[in-house]
Amino acid sequence: MTTMSQVVNAGFPLLTVTAGLPAVGAIATAAVPAARRTAAKWLALLVSLATLVLAVVILVRFEPGGDRYQLNESHAWIADFGVRYELGVDGIAVALIALTALLIPFVILAGWHDADPLETKSSRWRPTQGFFALILAVEAMVILSFEATDVFLFYIFFEAMLIPMYFLIGGFGDRAHQHGDKAAATQRSYAAVKFLLYNLVGGLIMLAAVIGLYVVAGTFSLSEIADARASGNLDMATGTERWLFLGFFFAFAVKAPLWPLHTWLPNAMGEATAPVAVLITAVVDKVGTFAMLRFCLQLFPEASKWATPVILVLALISIIYGALLAVGQRDIKRLVAYASISHFGFIIMGIFAMTTQGQSGATLYMVNHGISTAALMLVAGFLISRRGSRLIADYGGVQKVAPVLAGTFLIGGLATLSLPGLAPFVSEFLVLVGTFARYPVIGIIATFGIVLAALYTLVLYQRTMTGPVKAEVAEMPDLKLRELVVVAPLIALLIFLGVYPKPVTDIVNPAVQHTMSDVQQKDPQPDVEAAK
Amino acid sequence: MSAPAVHSLWTTAAEPISKIDAPKIEYGQLSPTLIVIGAAIVGVLVEAFVPRKSRYHVQLFVSVVAMAAAFAAVVALAAGGYGTTKAHIAAMGAIAVDGPSLFLQGVILLTGLIGVFTFAERRLDPAAHGNRVDSFAAQAASVPGSESEQAAVKAGFTTTEAFPLLLFAVGGMLIFPAANDLLTLFVALEVFSLPLYLLCAVARRKRLMSQEAAVKYFLLGAFASAFTLFGIALLYGYAGSVSFATIAQVVDGTVPDVNPALADTMGNDALLLVGAAMVVMGLLFKVGAVPFHMWTPDVYQGAPTPVTGFMAAATKVAAFGALLRLLYVVLPGLRWDWRPVMWGVAIVTMLGGAIVAITQTDIKRMLAYSSIAHAGFILAGVIATTPDGVSSVLFYLAAYSFVTLGAFAVVTLVRDAGGEATHLSKWAGLGRRSPLVAAVFAVFLLAFAGIPLTSGFAGKFAVFKAAAEGGAAPLVVIGVISSAIAAFFYIRVIVLMFFSEPKPEGPTVAVPSPLTMTAIAVGVAVTLVLGVAPQYFLDLAGQAGVFVR
Repeated sequence: MTTMSQVVNAGFPLLTVTAGLPAVGAIATAAVPAARRTAAKWLALLVSLATLVLAVVILVRFEPGGDRYQLNESHAWIADFGVRYELGVDGIAVALIALTALLIPFVILAGWHDADPLETKSSRWRPTQGFFALILAVEAMVILSFEATDVFLFYIFFEAMLIPMYFLIGGFGDRAHQHGDKAAATQRSYAAVKFLLYNLVGGLIMLAAVIGLYVVAGTFSLSEIADARASGNLDMATGTERWLFLGFFFAFAVKAPLWPLHTWLPNAMGEATAPVAVLITAVVDKVGTFAMLRFCLQLFPEASKWATPVILVLALISIIYGALLAVGQRDIKRLVAYASISHFGFIIMGIFAMTTQGQSGATLYMVNHGISTAALMLVAGFLISRRGSRLIADYGGVQKVAPVLAGTFLIGGLATLSLPGLAPFVSEFLVLVGTFARYPVIGIIATFGIVLAALYTLVLYQRTMTGPVKAEVAEMPDLKLRELVVVAPLIALLIFLGVYPKPVTDIVNPAVQHTMSDVQQKDPQPDVEAAK
Repeated sequence: MSAPAVHSLWTTAAEPISKIDAPKIEYGQLSPTLIVIGAAIVGVLVEAFVPRKSRYHVQLFVSVVAMAAAFAAVVALAAGGYGTTKAHIAAMGAIAVDGPSLFLQGVILLTGLIGVFTFAERRLDPAAHGNRVDSFAAQAASVPGSESEQAAVKAGFTTTEAFPLLLFAVGGMLIFPAANDLLTLFVALEVFSLPLYLLCAVARRKRLMSQEAAVKYFLLGAFASAFTLFGIALLYGYAGSVSFATIAQVVDGTVPDVNPALADTMGNDALLLVGAAMVVMGLLFKVGAVPFHMWTPDVYQGAPTPVTGFMAAATKVAAFGALLRLLYVVLPGLRWDWRPVMWGVAIVTMLGGAIVAITQTDIKRMLAYSSIAHAGFILAGVIATTPDGVSSVLFYLAAYSFVTLGAFAVVTLVRDAGGEATHLSKWAGLGRRSPLVAAVFAVFLLAFAGIPLTSGFAGKFAVFKAAAEGGAAPLVVIGVISSAIAAFFYIRVIVLMFFSEPKPEGPTVAVPSPLTMTAIAVGVAVTLVLGVAPQYFLDLAGQAGVFVR
């Protein structure tokens, strides 16, 4: 082993504790007795807030100009498989851990009553405890998969997080649909199974590639593989590298999701409760795009460049296709889901544009998309829980009855369509500029995605919030204090990052530079001669 | 010495009998097997002489003590270095005492011990005429539905013979992976098969189905045994010996002194190939590999569930042990011939088991097909033909057997008026009624599906890694594809348990005695420990991965 790859353990295992806290919290929450439901909720909320504090500590202790991976931890785990428990964060991971830790308290708060049992007949059936424990379990696994610098370790949490997610989707539907509605229950379990099977197949294909990587490289450690590559000890045949790349990319493309592997997302987001839908699209799916940056580009730079044209076209199709289908949706949650598919297209396009602007834009986009979708989806959830319907046609004139609700919904929607001044604008702009620099045609076509975004968002707002007040929504109460507490900070953050994105870009940029040098790409210089 | 023709024209004085050495038997090294077989014989005597009402307790005591003592003996032998440096061939060349033997014997004994616990469970069925009953028929010999059966039930008879039968089966299984010549192999095969045929036939509920299962198992098993025996004869004809080492030498062409008879036959590849194929066929039958798997679903379904659990776990361990030894010790020189065939078998086994399992509606049949798919995964490790291949198979077998025992133990708990409710539709909503039992079963299903952080994943990763390193990358790809297919039906059961509404007259979950609870708890514990921290056990399997020849 070379000295370079010798990972020094930081003194305090901050990364382990940050991921371990929600894990322990999940077990504690699950163990709360059936009658003490409220205690379980508060426990989960406190644990998620404490995790947020730890995430902030990571953010503070991370030095953007320092080593590539920081706060490292390294312990022997399964020597036979060449697996070590290796954690470390770069700027991208820090940003996404912060996003995750930030969103989970809001998810918990928004879902405060989502899992109350309808009748307390069985003392052993504890859905509330289960719901919040599962959310914390997902948080722990997502954070660990952002922190893992060992491919195998990452894979374990990438796969294992499917199980709590699956129970969250299949086990807890909208309360309006819970009253013995057989059809809804069937659809929900269909959505959960579809989610699991798509992701499991992706994961298993990746498993074959993970094993293949081990056979080729003899280790799972990112740093060791990077060393071996730098010193020329690791020489992958072109064909092998491409196959392995495809195995990894397939799993991440299912997770992200990229057209044509996206079809599980509208089902899952449509059937799950709004907080769980946020968990899927704003938190869990980010692992897919994150992993493309960290694993696909870093482990298989040549194959990544080889596959770029196809991936860019698929991303472009995602952008346009997702937006077009969003325009045609009649169901609010499915509309947000298709909008997300369009946005994931932008993120993937930014990653594979192979320019600094594109990749920092993509990372920033991951953060911003998380916040903006959370805002939009959670308000949509509040709306849906009031009326008991997900259909756009069932609403009308809500802004006259519940102006605060309508206002926050509008801001969430405007963020989704990337209005200048709100956070997603900056990232979308960066992605488009970054793509245009290298692939002008694709950049130009992708711009139409923004136009379509304006269409589906504004039409959604117009149909639900404006116009004559429908009889069914006439008595609709406005946002309550708990709901305001959820929405207000998210909107504040959207505006703040829209005006001043520098804190995030500062953290992200050095990591992007590393990735760019991994794939040996330089930003294309403006062609001055041609301009003259 | 000259032989004067004093007798007659047609007789002659024999050579005086030269001194025959008494066979040298290393009793200490064979002690695990001897303890178990000895206890089995004690069990038979108990049946004959101990009063009926105390038989159950005596049998339980004898079985548990025997298994524990035998396991202690295995541990002592392993600690004494017999698994590694002192590995050698004992009992005049009949038994190999080496790493794989001891590892597999340890696993079989633990499986047997937990099997005893589930066999002895008496709290699940409602008491009949004031007597607590287990899973076995009151009197196996009485005709189902007859008056004599009713009389037997009324008198409170129980089939306590199950315990010595289990001990005999375990005894045979201990020898099977350790057998170092073809005849010992065959005798061991019969010693563990016959008690299993009997055990399959003695279910308390659904007796006709149980007897049918036993007959099917016996008939097909007898065919398989006949094939094996014929193969042994052909191999003997080829090599002039039943000893593994000698046959291997003949196959390699490194035999030191070739006598004229051997020189005649050893060039005859037909004898070798057909013989080896037939012996391997017999072993593939026992592991339940496609296309020799036809018995598995019927037998798994019909047999009393504790027997199914034990059989599914232990038979697979023993048979894969024997298969490994045969392929790695006897036929390594032939691997360019058997590897392509085993490739084919592994592929159809993985895919066949996984695909057919999807259509099953009975939980025991589904687990049977899943066990076929798992046999395929293990075969992928067998094909690796590297030391890693052996140790990965050993690890997989250990992991798999505890998951299987636990899963079948849970199946015994879910009951309705007709006994165990094995039809899948009856499991709907189990998660609402008994969250803990459903959660435990979900853990086992996830382990079967190979989800990370369970033993199933560690095992699957080990065999796939070994297969990939052994140059069988396409097998790995097919393996993950069948894992994906298999995941579908495991997950379907989880959907049923947690996301479906409970049926009004659905089954109840019986509260078991500490015996079954222990079995399930051990299953869960091993599943999680081998999933999260498998290193120690991988080391163990790694050290045990070398055969003695």
